[in-house]
Amino acid sequence: MDKRTTQAPHGFGPKAGKALQPDYQIEATMFQIRIHGRGGQGVVTGAEMLSIAAFLEGRFAQAFPSFGSERMGAPVMAFCRIDDREIRLREPVLEPDALIIQDPTLLHQVDLFSGVPARGYILLNSTRSAEELGLGGFVHGVQRYRLLTLPATEIAVKHVGRAVPNVPLLGAFAAIAQLITLDSVVAAIQQKFAGAIADKNVAAATEAFNTAVAAREAINA
Amino acid sequence: MLKQIEGSRAVAETIALCRPQVICAYPITPQTHIVEGLGEMVKAGEIANCEYINVESEFAALSVAIGASAAGVRTYTATSSQGLLFMAEAVYNAAGLGLPIVMTIGNRAIGAPINIWNDHSDSMALRDAGWIQLYAETNQEALDLHIQAFRLAEELSCPVMVCMDGFILTHAYDRVDIPTQSAVDAFLPRYEPRQVLDTANPVSIGAMVGPEAFTEVRYLSHHTQLRALGLIPQLAAAFKKAFGRDSGGLLRTYRTDDAETIVVALGAGSRRCDARRGLADRLGVDLLLPAVSPERAARRPSACEARRRAREMSRGRSRRHCVRRRA
Repeated sequence: MDKRTTQAPHGFGPKAGKALQPDYQIEATMFQIRIHGRGGQGVVTGAEMLSIAAFLEGRFAQAFPSFGSERMGAPVMAFCRIDDREIRLREPVLEPDALIIQDPTLLHQVDLFSGVPARGYILLNSTRSAEELGLGGFVHGVQRYRLLTLPATEIAVKHVGRAVPNVPLLGAFAAIAQLITLDSVVAAIQQKFAGAIADKNVAAATEAFNTAVAAREAINA
Repeated sequence: MLKQIEGSRAVAETIALCRPQVICAYPITPQTHIVEGLGEMVKAGEIANCEYINVESEFAALSVAIGASAAGVRTYTATSSQGLLFMAEAVYNAAGLGLPIVMTIGNRAIGAPINIWNDHSDSMALRDAGWIQLYAETNQEALDLHIQAFRLAEELSCPVMVCMDGFILTHAYDRVDIPTQSAVDAFLPRYEPRQVLDTANPVSIGAMVGPEAFTEVRYLSHHTQLRALGLIPQLAAAFKKAFGRDSGGLLRTYRTDDAETIVVALGAGSRRCDARRGLADRLGVDLLLPAVSPERAARRPSACEARRRAREMSRGRSRRHCVRRRA
């Protein structure tokens, strides 16, 4: 059975005021995120912080890695599911409502966009625009995604001093999908990190959030 | 306390609440985070009267656990995959000696080819070693089963494995309710060993016996397994009374009444079957939680009924039917 046929009409996430149906509508309120990156970029930590942020908002959330050879630089994936009730699925996310791509060099190496439906959210860490990356068709074509590129590595280097783009991308995700608030992302960062490191990451997430808010209308159009 | 936390870390925090006195383990993926977490807690002095012993292999880990348990202390270890097979000889010994060791298995496939991912071939290889095996469906149940496992082990004088699917549970960040120390203390009394190795009063345990006595010991092991069939549901009921949630027990069915196909599942796969049941509405899901082998579980009326229904379906209908255990 096609999961899409059980989705809420707008295709994403928990819909306010919609009564939950037992079992038959099991995935109707679920929001699924897949994060692609390379070993050492905080892909798994990013998914974990996302699940903590959702948990802090009273939601059920699940985050887990797709472990391969866990070496620096190898392509890795992590997954996060968010729902208003217990999540029973545990398989990798094959049809993500949102995709976070932490490393643009994966564009030519991994089937990144597999399973993303039309109007799905895509956050891509790059200093270039979608057009410059040759992804203009993804934004304006038949299979339109809500795609945002963001210089997450540069934001991370500026605030944290390390090229770990996971936290800025979470800030931007909060802005475009509006599924979790920036406050929750900040609280999740403060659970994962302590002291000055936490403060720097909060600053990075906040800058990325503000950048993405400015771009939100354009990608939702 | 509700937490969004990695399964392994949650297990480590729960083991700490069970007040182990000796923890001994050798790291192996995907179980490593559990014993790493416990090592940190012992070093930080967060677990009172607990010694963490570093060893050079899994065989040594369970051997040290056997020594500690025989000396009369609550003992814990954890392993996975090849690590469990490497300690296989000691696994049988722990059961033969009736030592109530609790061991977590982060279920993982066995090589070759080398594989860190999940299946149940590690614990299944040791199914008949005389241990009770409890399989967790969720991270919450993994925590709850550990608390029940110490009581089960100590009441039966029998070692217990708590099996949780590697990565699928061990590495998943999930919402879990970690109980309070006082709630765990109320459910799990202080360990009172029935026999101890004591230099002031020396005895031999596990000494050589002839075939006639060996058969008796193996029969006792079998008898212990049969007693577990009664005790496991009792402990689950007592746990529910104390903690307010269903965890453990022998069998759970999910919407099997109108099913044409019943899936008998063990571990985290069962909850995924439930989810699929919601979509494919003619699929029934039966869960067989502790692996006391289908034949033994069949002596339980509930399991018997589920199997009867499955058999009837396989005879009476024209469409393809099967009963399948799914990891």
